[in-house]
Amino acid sequence: MTQADSTKPIMGFKLPFKMKVEPRVVDPPRWYSPMLSVIAVVVALMIGALVIWLGGGEPWKVYAHIARSSFGSVGVLSDTMVKAIPLMLVGLACSFAFRMRLWNIGAEGQFFLGAFGASMIVLLPVLPEEAPKWQFIIVMALSGMLFGALWGFVPGFLKAKFNVNEIISTLMMNYIAVEWNNFFIYAVWTEGGFQMSRMFQRNAWLPRLSDFAEAIPVFRGLTTHMGLLFAIVAAIILWLVLSKSQWGYEIRLIGDNPRAAEYAGISISKNVILVMLVSGALAGLAGMSEIAGVVHRLQGAISPGYGYTGIIIAWLAKLNPLAVILVSILFGALILAGREVQPSGVPTLIQGVIMVSLIAIDFFLRNRIRITRRVEE
Amino acid sequence: MDQTNKPNEITNVVRMQGIVKRFPGVLANNQVDFELRRGEVHALLGENGAGKSTLMNVLAGLYRPDGGTVIVNDKVVNFSSPRDAINAGIGMVHQHFMLVPSQSVTENVLLGLDEPRFRMHLPRYNRKIAEIAGQYGLHVDPAAKIWQLSVGEQQRVEILKMLYRGADVLIMDEPTAVLAPSEIEELFKTLRSMTAQGKSIVFISHKLHEVMEISDRVTVLQKGVVTSACLPISSVTRADLARLMVGREVVFRVEKKHVEPGEVVLSVKDLQADNDKGLPALRGVSLDVREGEVVGLAGVAGNGQSELAETLVGLRPVLGGKVIVNQKDVTNKPVKFGIRQGVSLIPADRTQVGTAPNLSVTDNVIMKKYDQAPIGQGWMVNALEANKYAAELKEAYDIMVPTVDTSVRLLSGGNLQKVILAREISSEPKLMIAVQPTRGLDVGAIEGVQRLLLAQRADGAAILLISEELEELLSLSDRVYVIYEGGIMGEVADGDIEKIGQMMTGTRLEQIEMQGEA
Ligand SMILES: Nc1ncnc2c1ncn2[C@@H]1O[C@H](COP(=O)(O)OP(=O)(O)OP(=O)(O)O)[C@@H](O)[C@H]1O
Ligand SMILES: [Mg+2]
Repeated sequence: MTQADSTKPIMGFKLPFKMKVEPRVVDPPRWYSPMLSVIAVVVALMIGALVIWLGGGEPWKVYAHIARSSFGSVGVLSDTMVKAIPLMLVGLACSFAFRMRLWNIGAEGQFFLGAFGASMIVLLPVLPEEAPKWQFIIVMALSGMLFGALWGFVPGFLKAKFNVNEIISTLMMNYIAVEWNNFFIYAVWTEGGFQMSRMFQRNAWLPRLSDFAEAIPVFRGLTTHMGLLFAIVAAIILWLVLSKSQWGYEIRLIGDNPRAAEYAGISISKNVILVMLVSGALAGLAGMSEIAGVVHRLQGAISPGYGYTGIIIAWLAKLNPLAVILVSILFGALILAGREVQPSGVPTLIQGVIMVSLIAIDFFLRNRIRITRRVEE
Repeated sequence: MDQTNKPNEITNVVRMQGIVKRFPGVLANNQVDFELRRGEVHALLGENGAGKSTLMNVLAGLYRPDGGTVIVNDKVVNFSSPRDAINAGIGMVHQHFMLVPSQSVTENVLLGLDEPRFRMHLPRYNRKIAEIAGQYGLHVDPAAKIWQLSVGEQQRVEILKMLYRGADVLIMDEPTAVLAPSEIEELFKTLRSMTAQGKSIVFISHKLHEVMEISDRVTVLQKGVVTSACLPISSVTRADLARLMVGREVVFRVEKKHVEPGEVVLSVKDLQADNDKGLPALRGVSLDVREGEVVGLAGVAGNGQSELAETLVGLRPVLGGKVIVNQKDVTNKPVKFGIRQGVSLIPADRTQVGTAPNLSVTDNVIMKKYDQAPIGQGWMVNALEANKYAAELKEAYDIMVPTVDTSVRLLSGGNLQKVILAREISSEPKLMIAVQPTRGLDVGAIEGVQRLLLAQRADGAAILLISEELEELLSLSDRVYVIYEGGIMGEVADGDIEKIGQMMTGTRLEQIEMQGEA
């Protein structure tokens, strides 16, 4: 009997208290889960500090440097935002699908297809070269979303009709997406043999803050682009859909108990396809905004794994669309820091550790630690 | 001390003193005392939400009490997990089994044990388990896979798991709720053989005749407090028990007013459907139900009842025949179409089908109304209206839950059933298909639900009542069909139990009548 053992004095003396882990039978309070997310980040930063220290660096200096180079001035803050924009949109894409327990890990591929869809408008060309900027923005955004949605539709359809596991199909579609893009940048739209398309003309660029520098001087040199607006609007819409709408109710119900949803007359296959379409469209919009806002041409290296980082962001934000915005900014800072910190692997390491601590910390959502004083027993 | 006790002397194997267990907004156990003797069956009674499962979860190491002591074999214990409890000889069989369907009985019994370490020597363990099974009359093949077993057999595996781990005290939380009558008899034989061999059993049930039959003593809980402790069963009657539980007289037979049946609401013609394994489950079922009529469907579990219910509401494809509701053909129409026609189903499985465990009471009661005014407004769910509606139902159906925002997985079994009943009955259906609607409810609540069903009938609803409990079926129904292997054996309007019993084992009504004439 374990009980008898633990009351036995250990090595001649007894601790005045003892600690026990037991399963949680009552819902934790509302603030508990976000707090754990924060703790996961803190733990990850501490482990990062340890690594830096072991490598002979000075952790606090490094962190201070990261903070300064990510949030220290309006200029770097703007750079952080630029990095965060695609993360926000893919984070939203993942959160939305995950709410229905639909494991779309194909945001990466949908991102590439979104980029392709947007570039097509300029390169094919769909719109004449001298078409006004607003036309380019609207048509490119729609096309990017359409292509992302198509890439989401395929696994959604396969799941709805043939019950194909979406984890595998979305993952496979990622590889196809990269090769698809490669084909176009190597063979069709290559510029003088380089693996990239020509630079888009300026009226196909998303407006940046610096474009308004004449009217508002502080905007000079700021590269934050209109994608930020897309992301914030998308987050608000998604939040409304999930928490207020009838469709959101259906999604939550399917996510919690698909059989109950069926019994309530909610079509699961229809919702699987719809949710994959929306999720794909959001990731596609991320690709479009990156192409039209930052890269300004179609090329190979447009994503350092944004689609996968989106998965981490979605979990860290506990699938809450508004929290996705904040978490993405943090991750934007980490990516930016990668350029500043040597070895640059440290920020990536921190991301990985955040993911692991998140999973580990979920333990505390399901269990609780109990400390009892001996005299109580 | 233990050793000096003679085996036939009365010894308490378990004593619980002053147990307190609080949940947010609920005091589930308030200073509860309980004791269990060696070799007895001790029944634990109480209304839904009285705290029976909570008390036993404390004893089984699942919950830790906020106060009080648990004494096992004269030693104070402090379990922090079910593992501690089983090490002290206390095992619990929950209502929802925790078995791995694709593995054999033996593998399931061994699961989670330290031994065997590396190499599974299955034949040897098969033999060992067959031996224990034989000792207590638990008929189950150790080599069989779980998915091949009936519910009753799966329950035997759960019991075997506990016995194999050396349990001397077995807690059974509503074990009979899922069993067919013949399986209940088997279970009782096992329980008797166990107590004869010195094991002790805590038996929770809402079926008072079972309690009268199997238990030696009973303890009654009311709203977390013990109201009667350790009454010898010989000193009480069934009516006494009901009164002790509910605190008032309970009528076991609700009064049924005469209602003139109206138009045919449900008409089923030659219906055919398969079960989950793709084998024919319904082989040409025909029946109809009129306005103002309760029609019973009797039969031993697994003869196509659940498939029929699912087919009628559109959850299972119709392979042949027709389903007509209010003159509209609903054959193979989407579920929602049926809901709009006023079809309602109280499903047999309340956790797997009837509710979404992690959603709130509110979200669960609006399941079929979220897209209709006033709860559905445009594209939105009106949260205010939804909460108001849920609060009304909580009041009207006496659902014990602190607030309507609570996740339903935290509700007691009976209260969960009430959530489903509240949702389905309050939708004022034209056709109600009720599968075991009173399963897991206490006697007081059963009376309430039966009244509600009869009130629906008086309002002109058509009710198809599917149940294995003949007593309930006969007291509520105007007519009874009997189903056997997916076919209707016949229809009885005079409540002739004799005939129904014969039909349930596969004799057609015509055959019975021919024998009668001969
Ligand atoms: N984990 C939990 N969290 C919050 N409340 C709980 C939890 N478990 C039980 N309760 C509440 O405690 C009370 C007692 O529940 P319990 O399950 O013990 O009732 P019961 O007597 O077994 O009822 P039933 O006959 O309906 O199964 C109920 O009001 C229930 O809602
Ligand atoms: Mg219970």
